[in-house]
This record gives sequence, structure tokens and C-alpha cells, in this order.
Amino acid sequence: MRVNQHPILSFDTKEEITFTFNGKPMKGMMGDTIASALHANGVKKLSESIHLKRPRGFYCAIGNCASCNMIVDGKPNVRTCITPLKEGMRVEFQHGKGHVYET
Amino acid sequence: MERGMYMRHKEAVIIGAGPAGLKAAKSLCEAGASVTIIDRNKDLGGQLTKQTHKFFGSEKQYASVRGIEILKILLNDLLEYGTQCEILNETSVVGLYHDKVIACVKDDKFFKIKAESIIIATGASEKSIPFENNDLPGIYAAGAVQTLMNQYGVKPGDKVLMVGSGNIGLIVSYQLMQAGVEVVKLVEAAPSISGYLVHASKIQRLGVDILTQTSIKRAIGKEQVEKVELWNLDETWQGMEGSEQTLEVDTVCISVGLAPLTELLMQVGAEVMYVRELGGNVPKIDHRYQTTVKGVYACGDVCGIEEASSAMVEGALSGIHAAFDLGYTIDDEKRKVKALKEELKFLRSGPHAAKIRAGYNKLGVMI
Repeated sequence: MRVNQHPILSFDTKEEITFTFNGKPMKGMMGDTIASALHANGVKKLSESIHLKRPRGFYCAIGNCASCNMIVDGKPNVRTCITPLKEGMRVEFQHGKGHVYET
Repeated sequence: MERGMYMRHKEAVIIGAGPAGLKAAKSLCEAGASVTIIDRNKDLGGQLTKQTHKFFGSEKQYASVRGIEILKILLNDLLEYGTQCEILNETSVVGLYHDKVIACVKDDKFFKIKAESIIIATGASEKSIPFENNDLPGIYAAGAVQTLMNQYGVKPGDKVLMVGSGNIGLIVSYQLMQAGVEVVKLVEAAPSISGYLVHASKIQRLGVDILTQTSIKRAIGKEQVEKVELWNLDETWQGMEGSEQTLEVDTVCISVGLAPLTELLMQVGAEVMYVRELGGNVPKIDHRYQTTVKGVYACGDVCGIEEASSAMVEGALSGIHAAFDLGYTIDDEKRKVKALKEELKFLRSGPHAAKIRAGYNKLGVMI
């Protein structure tokens, strides 16, 4: 799902980043956001609606709409579309509203 | 979440580092003011970060230069001011108070900034339209897909339906093809294409069907989009039973316009007014880009949906006015302001800008 060839942009092979999604190891690239890395791995369903539990992907990709909120390293409601992916991140599907957490 | 122990004092704070915010920063720095730019993203530039197309507009606003190249110029302009221009990226403004106190969160830390002058350049967000299953994964705003492809190098899917024939819909369709994604069809509810014909012809030449008076009836799929159903619209914009056709696509791009992000303006107590032609609620600004709250200015798409070219001019103007109000003398101020205003007038002169002119007229702003 990565763009291989492009007439204007060049997406050189960058350093790989390893992270987990629901415990499953996945690979992203340096420069990815969490959402772009998941999408490149074929994961489109990022959250669910609070009441009807309908599947949700991202919508705006620029941090506005909250459709991509997930649990990252134990922290809920992380806007995965604008949060840079980092080595060893634990990304989890968020069921419903987030919970109060301690840092 | 930790609490910052103190209130930071800053002279001029710009919220939003898109084309308007970056130009405002430059004007303020030039005048000698200390500037803090806040943006929630890691990379500055707002939507310029993904705009691989060449700009229209005027030469002074970088016509025929690609958005991503314009961004490099704007950032480079600010570099020469060094620490005079502080950048707080990956920082979200979570509250804005009447006394110009800005509540921020960065790296899970909460802190407050007391500003003498604030420029709000928060831009806009993409709208959606109602249809059955419009919340399925695989249905994305067109600009979101542009971000995914052009900024992160990830394809949204293999087969795309584009909804809306404004310039964003047309340009993103072309950019999808550049990234190696098939655009199966483009539908437009109106009887004619609404963006520039030069962009429409470009994708038609590459074999994309543009269907006018057609809309999406519903998306089909369990966990994500698998198919869509289109239908024709009659003269009253109602869907016609019996005209349905099914398309196999895994992605739907929604490009049906933008709405200004005025939440912070409302929080700070600035008066806003609903102006349909400008995309929704917009601040009541005076001819110097000041809102109804003294010392709070607004520029760019948050004042009304336009092109990035106009956002840059508005940014430059609001920066000059904010600097003046802070007590700085600007070399050749009158001539600079006049030249920028003429620039803006030119950018808003064509038939495509009729709506924008009508909008500002309603708002009572001289353009």
C-alpha cells in the first residue's frame, strides 16, 4: 500500500520502525504517523462509534475529527493521524470512550 | 498530565502555522516583534505540506510554484530571525481566554501563555455529506487522502470514487493517479463542474469519467467500503429511484467543501457570523484583520474559505497590523499595506471568486 513510484515526490526507503497493534508486531517507517503506518499495514478500522459500535477509520488526517482516536502506550484518545510513530509503540484499539490515566 | 508551574509571557502568538500563520510571523518578525508560533502538527506548513501541485493566482504569491516548494521558502524566510521566532510544534491549544491567556498541551504537559497579541490562523476542516454508511472506514476527506499519499507515501486504496468536482476534488484525483491509484469515477451533484476546467480536462484526458447531477446513494461494506451505489439527481437535487448503479471501489474521497475552524475565536469571545459563501461561521473582522476582541486578529481560511494565495496575503497584512498595534514602526508601512491589499483584490477578481466577494460583502468587510 506504499507509493512506489511518483513523478514529483520521492519516498526513499527509510529506517524501519517496529511497533505493535493489539499485540501483533508491525513495521512502519521513519516519518510515519501511527495512522499512516497502520494503513500501510492494511489496518483501516481504527476505532468504533461510542454507542452503536460502528467501525471507524480516520476521516480528516489532520487532527480535527477524532475519528482515529486509539490507545497508545496505555494512553487513550490519542489522535493517531498526527502522532508520529515511534519505535516500540504499543497501539491498541479503543473500545468506547477513553479512561482516566496516570502519566 | 503534569502542570506547568508558571505562566509564560509572550509578545505575539500565532496559532496555526499554515500559509497565513507563517506569513503573519514574517511580518511581525520584520517589524521587530518576538513571535511564538503554535501548531499541533510536527511539521509546520498546514496544508502546504501535501500540495504537490503548482499554484495559480499571482506571481507575487508564487504562481506556478508547487505548494511544497512554497513552504520551503516561507520556512526559510523565518529561519533568519533565529530565536526571535519561537516554534512550538506538536502543541495543541486547548483553551483561549478573554484576557489573552492561551492554554496549551505539549508532550503531555499543560502550560499557559499570556500573550500581548494573538493571531488566529487555524484554517478549516473538511465537510462531509449524509448518505447511508458514510462513516465506514475507507471513506475519507479528499484532503486527508492527499495527506496520506503525498506526505506519508501511503496509498488510500486501489480503486477510488471521488465525490465533488471543486478544485480539491479535481486536483486530488490527479494526484491519486500520480501515486498509482485508480480513480474509477468522479461524481458531482450540481449540473456542472465547479472547479477550474483546466484541472477537470486533465483528469478527463486520463480517462476519468466525471458524472454531473450524480451523487452517492450509499456505501456498502461490513468493516470497510467494498462497493458504492450512485444515483442521478433530478432538477430539485433529489435522488431518482431506478437510476442506481453499483461501483466496486475500496475508497471514497469526499470533497464537498470546507468549514472555518472558529472554535478558538468563539472561546476568546470574538463575534462570529454565519456567512454561507465563506463556508460557515467566520469572525467579524475589521479592515485591519482585528476581531471584536482587541489584540486578537484572524487571517486565512478561518476568516472564509479561499485559496492559499489569499491566505498568505491576509497573513502578511494581519502581521503588519498586529505589529503596529504592539507599538512597532514598520518601514514603508502605508505602501506595503496598499500593495498587499491590491494583491488581494486581484486574487479575488475573477468569476470564480464571485462567491467570496459576496461573502465579504455580507460580512461588511471591504475587500
